[in-house]
Amino acid sequence: MASLDDLKKRIASVKSTQKITKAMKMVAAAKLRRAQESAEKGRPYSEKMNNIILNLSSGISDKENAPKLLSGSGNNKVHLCVVITSDRGLCGGFNSNIIKKAKSYFAKLAEDGKDLKIITVGSKGNDQLKRAYSDKIIENISFKESKHANYFDAEKVGKMIIKKFESEEFDVCTIFYNQFKNVITQIPQAQQIIPLNVENSDEDKSEDSYEFEPDEDEILSNLLPKNISTQIFKAMLENSASEQGSRMSAMDNATRNAGEMVDKLTIEYNRSRQAAITKELIEIISGAESL
Amino acid sequence: MNEEFKIEIVNPEKSFLVKEDVLEVIVPAFEGEMGILKDHISIISFLKPGIIKILSKSGDENYYVEDGIVEFKNDNLSILTSSIYNLSDLDKSTKQNLLSQAEEETKKPEINDQSKYLIDQKIEVLKSLN
Repeated sequence: MASLDDLKKRIASVKSTQKITKAMKMVAAAKLRRAQESAEKGRPYSEKMNNIILNLSSGISDKENAPKLLSGSGNNKVHLCVVITSDRGLCGGFNSNIIKKAKSYFAKLAEDGKDLKIITVGSKGNDQLKRAYSDKIIENISFKESKHANYFDAEKVGKMIIKKFESEEFDVCTIFYNQFKNVITQIPQAQQIIPLNVENSDEDKSEDSYEFEPDEDEILSNLLPKNISTQIFKAMLENSASEQGSRMSAMDNATRNAGEMVDKLTIEYNRSRQAAITKELIEIISGAESL
Repeated sequence: MNEEFKIEIVNPEKSFLVKEDVLEVIVPAFEGEMGILKDHISIISFLKPGIIKILSKSGDENYYVEDGIVEFKNDNLSILTSSIYNLSDLDKSTKQNLLSQAEEETKKPEINDQSKYLIDQKIEVLKSLN
């Protein structure tokens, strides 16, 4: 059995760990509120953008000559996967969930005989993927300097992707990120952005006849690159909210576990202290009796 | 008769401006300036660098934009833009910054005709502001 002194030290160390996790939880909660706010504020932009593209693509007359970003390059051979993760750890299953999702997708691609290229955004994803897929990672971006997700960073990534698409380095592009549902639930998402998946909504769009200036094709070719950046920005916003939410619940758990541990150790400490006292008493009494 | 309509300007970070009492908006559309009044036909167009003028009952406002998309539908004008500045907040040094950035870009050799045209527009507008 551990000595009293050892137990005392251990209790103190668990307590100070608890202090740290508690502080991290507080910080994450404060950051979460901000991240959630900006994720919500960013939503109208991407929704409007989506709507306009939907309207445009349904109005496009010549499907054959549609911009390549919409219709695809005609091949389905090389897949580019953009895995967006965080730059910091200690956030529970946040990063591993995205990686797990991405890895199962990679395995499926390999089964189908497709080529794979990976861009990692955020250093944690890169750390985990470079063990198994180091030869597939073509780019590794991290925005450690930026305090929170901003549009310029997203635009940088977007422009890079478009440049690679134009030089025909890949055919299909998918982004991986965590969608923020609430503090305890974040859903890893795979979203295809090139060629764009135009969802057929149930709404009847036939009555919205727009006038276009200049024509549809030109607007589309101007809009689609912007949409890529917007989608990536949206993913980054969702991700940063998810990261803080995930960290908050992970740290909350850690704090609670530390508390349980302190309780257990304290009981053990008290018991052994009492045992020692009892032992001393017995020794004194039996000593006195023998006289 | 009610002559007002609604305008909403959004940038990626937030909803930048919402106004309900707008009488007329003049936007720098790609093919020339365009004035929009109530009951305009539904239209989608994109912007080149220029000034958005908003005339409303509660006062006129001017904004400088570098790019964006306009959509007008059912008396709702939406403008999506990634770079917008309120002219009254735009001080000299910011203007100077934007101008020197634009001038820097014209010097790049790999620039194509369309972006050159857009940047020239930008420089022209920024110079006219000073």
